[in-house]
Amino acid sequence: MDQLLQHLLNATVLGGTYALLGIGLTLIFGIMRVVNFTHGELYAFGAYCMYLLVMLLNVNFFLAFFLAVALGAALGGAIEILLLNRLRGADIDTTMLVMIGAWIVMQNAEQLTWSGVALSVNSPFPADPLVLGPMSVSWNRIYVFAVAVVLIGATYYFVNRTRLGKAMRATFQDRDTAALMGIQIDRIHTATFALGSSLAAAAGALLGPVFVVTPTMGDLAASKAFAIVILGGLGNVVGATVGGFILAFAEEIGAGYISSGYRDAMGFVLIIFILLMRPTGLFAQKERIG
Amino acid sequence: MKKIAVLAAAGLLAGSAFSGAVAQETIKIGVTQPLTGAFAASGNYVAQGAKIAEDEINKAGGVLGKQIQLIIEDNKSNPTEAVSTVEKLIQKDKVPVLIGAWSSTLTLAVMPKLDEYQVPMIVETSSSGKITTSGNPYIFRISPTSEMEAKAFQPLVAKMGIKKANFLYTNNDFGIGSGAEYSKMLKANGVEIGVMETMDPKATDFSAQLAKIKSTGGDTLFVTTAVEQLTLILKQAEEQQLKVKIVSCGGSNSPDQLIDQAGAAANGSYHTAFFPPWFPEVTKNPDVAKRYMDEWKKRGHNVGGLTEGFRGYDGVYVAVAAIKAAGKPDPEAIRKALWGVTVKGIYGDIHFTKQGPAGKESGQNVPVVYLVTIDNGKVVRTKF
Repeated sequence: MDQLLQHLLNATVLGGTYALLGIGLTLIFGIMRVVNFTHGELYAFGAYCMYLLVMLLNVNFFLAFFLAVALGAALGGAIEILLLNRLRGADIDTTMLVMIGAWIVMQNAEQLTWSGVALSVNSPFPADPLVLGPMSVSWNRIYVFAVAVVLIGATYYFVNRTRLGKAMRATFQDRDTAALMGIQIDRIHTATFALGSSLAAAAGALLGPVFVVTPTMGDLAASKAFAIVILGGLGNVVGATVGGFILAFAEEIGAGYISSGYRDAMGFVLIIFILLMRPTGLFAQKERIG
Repeated sequence: MKKIAVLAAAGLLAGSAFSGAVAQETIKIGVTQPLTGAFAASGNYVAQGAKIAEDEINKAGGVLGKQIQLIIEDNKSNPTEAVSTVEKLIQKDKVPVLIGAWSSTLTLAVMPKLDEYQVPMIVETSSSGKITTSGNPYIFRISPTSEMEAKAFQPLVAKMGIKKANFLYTNNDFGIGSGAEYSKMLKANGVEIGVMETMDPKATDFSAQLAKIKSTGGDTLFVTTAVEQLTLILKQAEEQQLKVKIVSCGGSNSPDQLIDQAGAAANGSYHTAFFPPWFPEVTKNPDVAKRYMDEWKKRGHNVGGLTEGFRGYDGVYVAVAAIKAAGKPDPEAIRKALWGVTVKGIYGDIHFTKQGPAGKESGQNVPVVYLVTIDNGKVVRTKF
């Protein structure tokens, strides 16, 4: 019983960060239909920003988080303007190849700049965990969970309730009609990519201090983010959130009671099962054509 | 017709003279290491150590009157890439001897190529038993096997008061081999084995495994993985209030980096080491160790990498000793010569004994294994 409680607590905290990774990608992959291989590198970028700001420049830990998110948005915007803007209307394969190239360049640039040695970021939280009866959880993870929940809520509100969010959804549903309605679609593309990227950077900036920062940290994060997006249904913020928690619970319970060696496989087995039942994902709207 | 034949003969002569001149310049040694990817940190340290040895040897006049030249290829921490690097080094660069490939999985991947092209390889890091027992006569390992490591640990079982042990190891040849050897040794010494948990080599969250280990009970946790995951395991074990002795196996644990990155969570943990730069005077050849350490520091390399870099350093010295004994840079002559060499290295007095099926034995060195403890942010030799 004690073990189960600890597993559930771990899964809840982990789910928050998975959800954050998922919604960042669902905006780009689901709404923009760009297979964004740089998502994991934006995640690593956020973590390296924290290292640079907190450990090398002695910036306040919480201020550094906001700066990392802003820098992530700026980098995402730059990628969109420099690479994707020129590929508007290109087929999905071309865009995919360019994004794979960008991913390789970014990962190797991280290694060139920071070397392959893992770096760690000190957090201002007490080292002793919060103990709740038989369970315990670190203060840093509680902070990560709280910020993730706030960001998920803010993104949901932004996409579904604001004018800009509405313009985004309109652009990706029907670009030509949106343009005719006076929406500046180039700006919408850049803004969406920057927003999605800033969420990936936020996830990295939150988890960098929990884990260690390495040039390859983005690979696993990206593969999980893609799984979450597909599970939740492309372009659906609620779907990505629920998908993130489902993946976390499947991994945690699967590793705890079935086999830890297949921890990462557990989540994917569950995803295959769900997709067999609901091929468009849990929350996808009916596919729009045209 | 005659004129053409003369020209052709002249061309052939010129050609052979030219290739002879090139061969005279240097003797090449191929190195395959993970310079990028998951094991990039360690692979770069090994390459840095190898380069120190290369420069020392060349400054002292090289071997067989020629300078040596390391050709270092990046296997990208990926077994498929590792095979490509070995193909390239043998086919294109024509190296007569190789050093590599850091992780057990990478080494096992390239072994069939050594058999195919009949070129010997000095294995500087990998610990999986399979490497020297599978009947590949081109393998000469200077690093200890997991079995040797477990055996070296045996006297400490009673001293540490281990009654029930749990395991957490990375799900690859290195981790699985180490888990099997240590659990076998512990069982033979009357220790109860709780759970044997595994983790993906790329995983960063071990909360599920640690919760399970905590609920199983036990006094000691044996962990086998490289330093990155070990850092996280120490931190997360503290977060989950897992109050057991943690022993890290495998020797790729860089205690200096753990102190730096895991902070207080590293205190009280035990680590196997194959070279202890904190007290080099206890090694078999302290003068060699000191020379290597001085040069490492002079070059401004990360001191946390000293425990990996020496593997490349020793590897190059062993390769050169074999080339010298063989009298020519020829793969088969070097393979035969490797059986006879003794090299005063940091791994000790390196020489090879036979392991594996008769007629196809691999060479295996028997190095010393040290156990160290992190005590208040300092690495000390474990004392009882």
